Amino acid sequence: MVDKIVVENLSIDYGGVRVLKDMSLSVKEHEILGVIGPANSGKTSFLRALNRLNDLDISSRLSGSIRLNGKDINREMDAEEVRKKVAMVFALPIPLPMSIFDNIAYGPRRHGVKKKKKLEEIVEQSLKAAFLWEEVKDRLSSSGMKLSGGQQQRLCIARTLAVEPEVILYDEPCSGLDPISTAKVEDAMRELKNRYTQILVTNNVKQAARVGDRVAFFLMGELVEIGEAGQLFTAPKDKRTEDYLTGRFG
Amino acid sequence: MRRFKEFLIEKIILLNGFACILFVILIFFFLAKDGLTLFKTVSPWHFLFGTLWNPLAEPPQVGILPLFLGSLIVTLGATVISVPLGMACAIFIGEIAPRWIRELLKAGVELLAAIPSIVIGFIGMTMLGPIVKNLFHLPTGLTALTGSLALAFMAIPTIVSIMEDAISSVPRSYKEGSLALGATHWQTIHRVIIPAASSGIVAAVMLGIGRVIGETMAVMMLTGNASVLPKTILEPVRTMTATIAAEMGETVRGSEHYFALFALGLVLFVITFFINLAADAALHQKQK
Ligand SMILES: Nc1ncnc2c1ncn2[C@@H]1O[C@H](COP(=O)(O)OP(=O)(O)OP(=O)(O)O)[C@@H](O)[C@H]1O
Ligand SMILES: [Mg+2]
Repeated sequence: MVDKIVVENLSIDYGGVRVLKDMSLSVKEHEILGVIGPANSGKTSFLRALNRLNDLDISSRLSGSIRLNGKDINREMDAEEVRKKVAMVFALPIPLPMSIFDNIAYGPRRHGVKKKKKLEEIVEQSLKAAFLWEEVKDRLSSSGMKLSGGQQQRLCIARTLAVEPEVILYDEPCSGLDPISTAKVEDAMRELKNRYTQILVTNNVKQAARVGDRVAFFLMGELVEIGEAGQLFTAPKDKRTEDYLTGRFG
Repeated sequence: MRRFKEFLIEKIILLNGFACILFVILIFFFLAKDGLTLFKTVSPWHFLFGTLWNPLAEPPQVGILPLFLGSLIVTLGATVISVPLGMACAIFIGEIAPRWIRELLKAGVELLAAIPSIVIGFIGMTMLGPIVKNLFHLPTGLTALTGSLALAFMAIPTIVSIMEDAISSVPRSYKEGSLALGATHWQTIHRVIIPAASSGIVAAVMLGIGRVIGETMAVMMLTGNASVLPKTILEPVRTMTATIAAEMGETVRGSEHYFALFALGLVLFVITFFINLAADAALHQKQK
């Protein structure tokens, strides 16, 4: 399969403290890459670098390169273009303070879609793809913040889909959800596989095993190991990965 | 012993709270008592809608319409100038400026708030007045516009600091959520941050207006003090506050003029009361 994202020698500092160390890896088109690792291992920082959200942290410094479809995202693209193609679903699902419809139409509107008909179409499709349509189709005009936590997370996924990105980054998307909502979110991810490249950061090792095609293990800002999910979970190459997976860690 | 101390402190705080409310009520009654006395001899209609203010004439004319319109035109002018400027400034400070410029600007705005209004009046008289006069080829530079400009400077610090508060208290996640969908910084400010901060923004505007309506010294020095019905913003006008300040000293206690000034104060009180109420309502809407 083709490489969608190629990260080479990526390092990130926050005010002089190195939180990501010389990381190189690639993400293949249409795969789900699971990223696991203990707290502080730099998983969130890694994701934020991929869609240039870390531009907002003035203390952050980045070196190395990240290529999307062969183009350097920091040197050959502008931030909006990167973020439109590489969208992010956050750990805490926070709808924008507007209606369900407007939440999803927000992205397309900003990118110039004006026709009501077209917007309605996008909203319906996105909600369906995020397995939320049936639950909210009768109250699209009520506030997005009135939904349950699980519904809010799927709303955030739907609004992300609405901008038709190529890559979707998830940062612990199920950390606040019950098992049933989690299963729904995971279903959505599997369903989206044939259209998107997805990177899933999760604290839940089992979740990475359930949905990841390949899995990367981060530790203290280092990429310890990356490999096929089946292989990494059953026969890790690195002693540290094994320790982490068996819970014999730190 | 400790419980007694708690009890005492609690009661003292309670008492202070009540004292504040009591003072407001007392002031209101004091104003109302003398103010309403006027209506024994003058009908409220003539008072509110009379177009002549000439309390020393015989019989005294105490129509406050010219003064009310004077206040209105000066306040509107100041609002139109200060709100866009203040808003732009607040957005710049809260969202765009790099940190050191932000600190510098905040200090500057606070400094602006600290300038006594008499000094602003003074600067307005010697610098602003001549500029307005020459710019529009007027017989005098002391006009409603001059007053509006000076008042705008006084309202800007209030507007900027409250708006900036509202803007920076918009959750970071809204901003990031919007940016993560590929919206530009300006689109994010326009579509997410300003709507989310709107109640604070409305409150800031209201409090700014409240400050402007109540201001006296600078308008007295700058607006030319002609109690005629204003037709344009380039004419001298006289505001309600300036009238009270100028005439209270020379009026005879217990005369119709005296009561008319109290009634004027009452009108002012009611207006500012409602503006503050509106600001409060806007602020509380947000907390819901
Ligand atoms: N904006 C920032 N400014 C300064 N330091 C930061 C910033 N963001 C992250 N860091 C630091 O980077 C390090 C890695 O944090 P990161 O959030 O990437 O870890 P993580 O693997 O996502 O952890 P968790 O599993 O708890 O979410 C931490 O030590 C953190 O303090
Ligand atoms: Mg994290």
